[in-house]
Amino acid sequence: MYPEELAILANRIRRRDLQAVFEAGAGHIGGEMSVADILTALYFHTMSVDPENPLDPNRDRLVLSKGHTACILYVTLAEKGFIAKRDVATFLKPYSALNGHPNRVKVPGVETNTGPLGHGLPVGVGMAKAAKLDAAAWRTFVITGDGEMQEGSNWEAIMAAAQFKLDNLTLIIDHNRLQQGARLAETINMSPLSKRLEAFGWAVEEIDGHDMEQLCSALSPETVTLDRPKCIVAHTNKGSGISFMSDRVEWHHKVPDAEQYRQAARELGEASN
Amino acid sequence: MSAVTEQVRGNPALHDCRDAFTRTLEAMAAVNSDIVAVCNDSVGSSKLGGFKEKWPERLINVGIAEQNMVGVAAGLANGGKLPFVCAASCFLTGRALEQIKADIAYSNTNVKLCGISSGMAYGELGPTHHSIEDFAWIRALPNVPVIAPADSIETAAAAEWAVSHVGPIFLRLSRVGVPDLFSSDHKFELGRADLMREGADVTIIANGVLTHRAMFAADLLSQSGIAARVLNMSTVRPIDAEAIEKAARETGAIVTCEEHTIFGGLGSAVAEVVVDVHPVPMKMLGVPGIFAPTGSANFLLDEFGMSPGGIAESATRLIDKKA
Ligand SMILES: Cc1ncc(C[n+]2csc(CCOP(=O)(O)OP(=O)(O)O)c2C)c(N)n1
Ligand SMILES: [Mg+2]
Repeated sequence: MYPEELAILANRIRRRDLQAVFEAGAGHIGGEMSVADILTALYFHTMSVDPENPLDPNRDRLVLSKGHTACILYVTLAEKGFIAKRDVATFLKPYSALNGHPNRVKVPGVETNTGPLGHGLPVGVGMAKAAKLDAAAWRTFVITGDGEMQEGSNWEAIMAAAQFKLDNLTLIIDHNRLQQGARLAETINMSPLSKRLEAFGWAVEEIDGHDMEQLCSALSPETVTLDRPKCIVAHTNKGSGISFMSDRVEWHHKVPDAEQYRQAARELGEASN
Repeated sequence: MSAVTEQVRGNPALHDCRDAFTRTLEAMAAVNSDIVAVCNDSVGSSKLGGFKEKWPERLINVGIAEQNMVGVAAGLANGGKLPFVCAASCFLTGRALEQIKADIAYSNTNVKLCGISSGMAYGELGPTHHSIEDFAWIRALPNVPVIAPADSIETAAAAEWAVSHVGPIFLRLSRVGVPDLFSSDHKFELGRADLMREGADVTIIANGVLTHRAMFAADLLSQSGIAARVLNMSTVRPIDAEAIEKAARETGAIVTCEEHTIFGGLGSAVAEVVVDVHPVPMKMLGVPGIFAPTGSANFLLDEFGMSPGGIAESATRLIDKKA
């Protein structure tokens, strides 16, 4: 898919996510909008995965460590064919496989259960190490939130990945500058993320996380540095694509009312045309 | 709508105990400048907004870093502060368990661990966010009383008591609405069960969001001529062994109800006493050792046999097993 098509698809995914959150009356819409382009680029450009064979040993792995944005992962998996599109409507419903955080036991395409922040990267290190042990070509991608990088477990994993020379591991930090209750800068500031990662021995690339061309290029195997794990610091906006949500902390997990829903849908619809 | 919500429809006042907790915390912080709140990007979910506004420098937000949060609290206590750690119970107890063991329990540090939105309060967010192992984990540690208040009034009383008690505690709070059960002058006493209702046929022991369900169950049972005693056992450790022994001897059957796995929680704590002093038939209601399916807390409690009707049914069946 070309970058322009990917951008249109990402907005369609945003649109479906918005509807699911509105109908369920819960979700983490801000972080879902900010990660939409990253997920779309991974599933429809970069990763080699087969919905018909979700456990293919040679598949690329994705761990959505910021598991609170599960809904948009479900929408993306449905778009890709891992689950039925109609299943998205069961989000958060009693006995649905689609609860508020992804569950690999119930949802094909999910690699590991996330929800508590700071778990995905250590698991990703293990995956990448396994591929190295087998001299296999598959790659591992982990997406974390920027607030999530405050968890110490991430930095333990960052040290291990560098030590193990895991150039088959890519960490994408969704750097929207907001966490749950406030800006990172007013909580525990993590910037400059790139300098910190570089100091830990990683190859780092900073990109506009809403620019499909930059995403596709940064994710491509040609931009990997031999023997070094890669971190993509993706500069994003929480609530991206919806004007009144963009860069506003309260939209971490607020749910739009009917009027806000209509406006948001309109904005996303126009962007997809 | 869950059965219990329906039952209290006539009594519309359901309270989120977090409100009583932070109201009390702020009142105490106003007169005790050593009180500090420690949190993990949880100002909103712990309802610390008012505290932050009044005493921004005494609100210590370490970011999304629970292990650090508990360690920092231990250090603050060492420096003479009185830290109330306020964080989602699942992350506080799960993520920082070793810090709780070494820095709080073993070091016997004067830190108040307040597990917010415990049990299955996070409902549809799923098992990662359910805190249904915290009784078991924390009660396995020496020095840390484990307390799960049943309503707003007991929450406020326990929070007030926490300030006067020197040493660590784990206060397990919910966000699921519960009606007021106690009178406003209720005093919290560590390790003392409250006799909520007298009865001689069977005893129902509960705490937290289950106590009012147990009382509704007792109402239902009385309609079929069964007199159920109800004990609110908010302190899980140290457990009120005397009240349990009395219940075993006088009623001959005990049902326990908890918003927790049945492995190692309130039911287990009660059974540890019962087998020791006066064995009687027991039924332990709780999460039956599984990761819960998707659903709200009240929905799941009903599903796991803890609707008032479900509890009453278990009690009736248990009575048949009495010697
Ligand atoms: C260990 C842990 N602590 C706290 C939380 C509660 N929580 C859920 S999302 C969130 C904020 C995450 O911020 P960030 O990583 O920046 O994600 P994004 O902005 O992409 O939503 C918090 C604190 C959690 N899920 N896990
Ligand atoms: Mg963020």
